[in-house]
Amino acid sequence: MALLCVRGPLKKLAGGEGRHELDGGTVGELLERLEDRHPELRGWILDERGRIRRHINVYVNGDQGEGRTPVGEGDRIDVLPAISGGER
Amino acid sequence: MTELLVGTKKGLFVLEGETGGEFRIATRAFAGEPVDYAVRDTRTGRAFATATNPFYGPKIWFADDPGGEWTQAQGVELPSGGEAALERIWVIAPAEAAGRLYAGGDPGVLFQSDDGGETWELNQALWNHPTRPRWQPGGGGLCLHSIVTWPGQPERLTVAISAAGVWHTEDGGESWRTGNEGLMPRYLPEAGDAQPLALCVHHIERAPRRPDRLFLQFHGGVYRSDDAGRSWEEIGRPLPSDFGFPLAVDPADPDSAFVIPLVADMDRTTPEGRVRVYETRDAGSTWEPRGDGLPSADAYLTVLRLALARRGEGETMELYFGSTTGEVFGSADAGGSWRTLAALLPPVFAVTAA
Repeated sequence: MALLCVRGPLKKLAGGEGRHELDGGTVGELLERLEDRHPELRGWILDERGRIRRHINVYVNGDQGEGRTPVGEGDRIDVLPAISGGER
Repeated sequence: MTELLVGTKKGLFVLEGETGGEFRIATRAFAGEPVDYAVRDTRTGRAFATATNPFYGPKIWFADDPGGEWTQAQGVELPSGGEAALERIWVIAPAEAAGRLYAGGDPGVLFQSDDGGETWELNQALWNHPTRPRWQPGGGGLCLHSIVTWPGQPERLTVAISAAGVWHTEDGGESWRTGNEGLMPRYLPEAGDAQPLALCVHHIERAPRRPDRLFLQFHGGVYRSDDAGRSWEEIGRPLPSDFGFPLAVDPADPDSAFVIPLVADMDRTTPEGRVRVYETRDAGSTWEPRGDGLPSADAYLTVLRLALARRGEGETMELYFGSTTGEVFGSADAGGSWRTLAALLPPVFAVTAA
């Protein structure tokens, strides 16, 4: 199990919970599992292509990752809005 | 009372006021988010807003009270697993059929809802059109920005895409054909493709009392069609500039159209520092400036394609428009006189009136 942490509107859409223990081999798989568990999140983190949206950052144990970054037992994944998203 | 839904770079502003009088900001929603368009479906009273959150992507929202809770509509997405993602919803339009609405967006997509806007489905025929690989995005993306219904005939619809031209369906969206004859793109070589698709239409409106007549603001050129959009005749030559974005019509007068000229594509500001709406009442043979009460000097405004709205018709028709410098102007006498309704908003993307 890995721990996936969300905040702000993502937390609200994830049943009001900011911390989610999930199974999966990559960050992308964890995010898909989170969507399965909370369908209201569909389209908010991953787009239709299954890619993490451009202005969302993911960190694995504090290091920046991406959808294909491997994750393992006890890892912590943080999903955060990127400062680059403030351009518009 | 008139309600204006003003979509801006930093949220939705609801302006309320007595027709012809002062307006006030009654509500701000989606604070900080770009609200590309908002409209109230006068058939049901339900308000819709489309916001492209820079982090979380484009969504359609609806609410009965814009000052209350907004609910996210479902199904506003492209097919999963493909190579494209929805970039933005540009416009939402109530349809002729009860409970039906359309939404247009980037990349050149049309959505339809048949349950009052709660759930939406992608129009597959347009999405899978064999010419799609030849469609080219304009400066604002590959945007489907104009949705024009045909009064009393719900199966007939016209849409415009920048830059993929004008498209018509007469079978409720099962099939689509182009309607671009006569459009002259000055930005393409004259000796090029005999029927180019890279046509940067900026806006289309239909004359509802004579539905085979449409007016079109092009990327350089104003046009009229009298054959339901099959072919187009240029009518913008008398204008100080035939470049611009929005266009409106007076439903009571099929010979009427209103445009807001900008200098040119390389200088998208009001000509000579004066803000003027130009009106034709003879189907484009002549145009008259309407600027009484609008800034007449040192005013270099940009008005985007969905930032001009109309309410009512005839001599008391209301017109409203907003600028990317945050002003909203209004007229309660069909453009005869104007007043400033708001002056310090974020850049205005879209204005609708109800």
